[in-house]
Amino acid sequence: MTCYFTLDHEWIDVEGDGATVGITTYAQEQLGDIVFAEVPSVGAVLIKGGDAAVVESVKAASDVYAPVSGTVTDGNGALDGDAALVNTDPEGDGWFFKLTLSDPSELGGLMDDAAYKAFLNGL
Amino acid sequence: MSDDQPEIRQLPLDAWHRRKGARMVEFAGYHMPIQYEGIMAEHLWTRQNAGLFDVSHMGQVQLIGPDVAEKLEAIVPGDISALKPGRMRYSLLLGEDGGILDDLMITNTGHHLYIVVNGAVKYEDIGFLREHLPDDVTINHDDEAALLALQGPKAVVALARIGIKPMQPDWPGVTDLYFMEAGPFLWNDIPLGISRSGYTGEDGFEISVPADHAEALAEALCAQPEVRPIGLGARDSLRLEAGLPLYGHDLDDRIEPVSADLAFAISKRRRTEGGFHGADRILSALANGSATKRVGLAVDGKIPVREGALVFSGDTEVGVVTSGGFAPSIGAPIAMGFVATNYSAPQTRLEAEVRDKRIPLTVTSLPFIAHRYHRKGKPA
Repeated sequence: MTCYFTLDHEWIDVEGDGATVGITTYAQEQLGDIVFAEVPSVGAVLIKGGDAAVVESVKAASDVYAPVSGTVTDGNGALDGDAALVNTDPEGDGWFFKLTLSDPSELGGLMDDAAYKAFLNGL
Repeated sequence: MSDDQPEIRQLPLDAWHRRKGARMVEFAGYHMPIQYEGIMAEHLWTRQNAGLFDVSHMGQVQLIGPDVAEKLEAIVPGDISALKPGRMRYSLLLGEDGGILDDLMITNTGHHLYIVVNGAVKYEDIGFLREHLPDDVTINHDDEAALLALQGPKAVVALARIGIKPMQPDWPGVTDLYFMEAGPFLWNDIPLGISRSGYTGEDGFEISVPADHAEALAEALCAQPEVRPIGLGARDSLRLEAGLPLYGHDLDDRIEPVSADLAFAISKRRRTEGGFHGADRILSALANGSATKRVGLAVDGKIPVREGALVFSGDTEVGVVTSGGFAPSIGAPIAMGFVATNYSAPQTRLEAEVRDKRIPLTVTSLPFIAHRYHRKGKPA
């Protein structure tokens, strides 16, 4: 498995042509207390950089973008009952959705762990 | 940055907020703390204990001159002449057409009127006051004073412990104040103007303190076990639960007081006598009703309904949400908005549009969370 990151603070964990997507620890810290998350339906076709999910904190609603293009194979139903999982375990149980990549070459434009850490340090 | 870009300014407590771990955002032209440990925890702490809010961005203004109360009555609908020394009143600054330019607190100090106006419009307010008050009224904008709000059921015990004395030894102590009373006090020889008031629906105090001493006072208050610093985020969720409007969101210059459900701010004498900006329009709305009304909206489900969401009855658009979010003390989303008066009765079922979905709403009387003010004549 290889994990990549976007400039919008999504992570994508890739295994073969499938991947799991969520938001980073940094992103959930910035959002604060998360009260609602809306994940895409199975079968939804996502385009890299397009709207994929919504995360709502006490204060505001924010979009989660698709790090790469693909078709959704699973949404995290656990967030429906406990959206705060995104705060408590953003890079684990607080994942948003899984998808099948339609163009794995898009991963080339994303950051690896070291690059993302450097990016955060520059913020 | 171009030269005409306004500079974002620092509050007297800027460094203190940062040391306390605040996340700072720009609001009303200032760097302000949006949260410290988190909005949810801060909100609940304030409802159960006491929270300290820095509201120094708000405008503190003295109006000084002969018969200043009568003169102010030309532009506010309250009975300011009847306000006794040491008493305060919520009122509305009215444009010439009766639209709300701001909401404000007016205190009779015994020497002059002391008003607190919203930070985002304070310079506009001062300009408007200058234009509409006669030249023998002096307008002093006290921008050398910080303003702290200590709010919550344990605010009184925390405040009682730090050694605040009345300005004169035989005057009542700070814990003797009732809701909407105010007075001058001393803390370590520092003059404080303290009122029993606030914006959370809880018992609490607002404390005007010279900017040089604000940090020492904030530190002394936060040293009390009941008190934690609370950011703007929780201030907003607390006031929303308390049903209190926020200027620039729930109120603006197109809205008159009756539509805003603030008719209580139009005093009895003024209803008979008129003589304030927009009196014809406002008194007509009082007699005949307004076309729209500010209401509470309870939200079904978990999806927050936020400012700007349109409100429908079936296919008919009947209103708009002006404030909305998650209510930590309720554990569900709530909202406030304006709906056509025909749809404003409590229990009316409506829908809001959020991301192309319809979210069921129920019109609800305000506040969502009962006020717990320390009113005179009521048990504590």
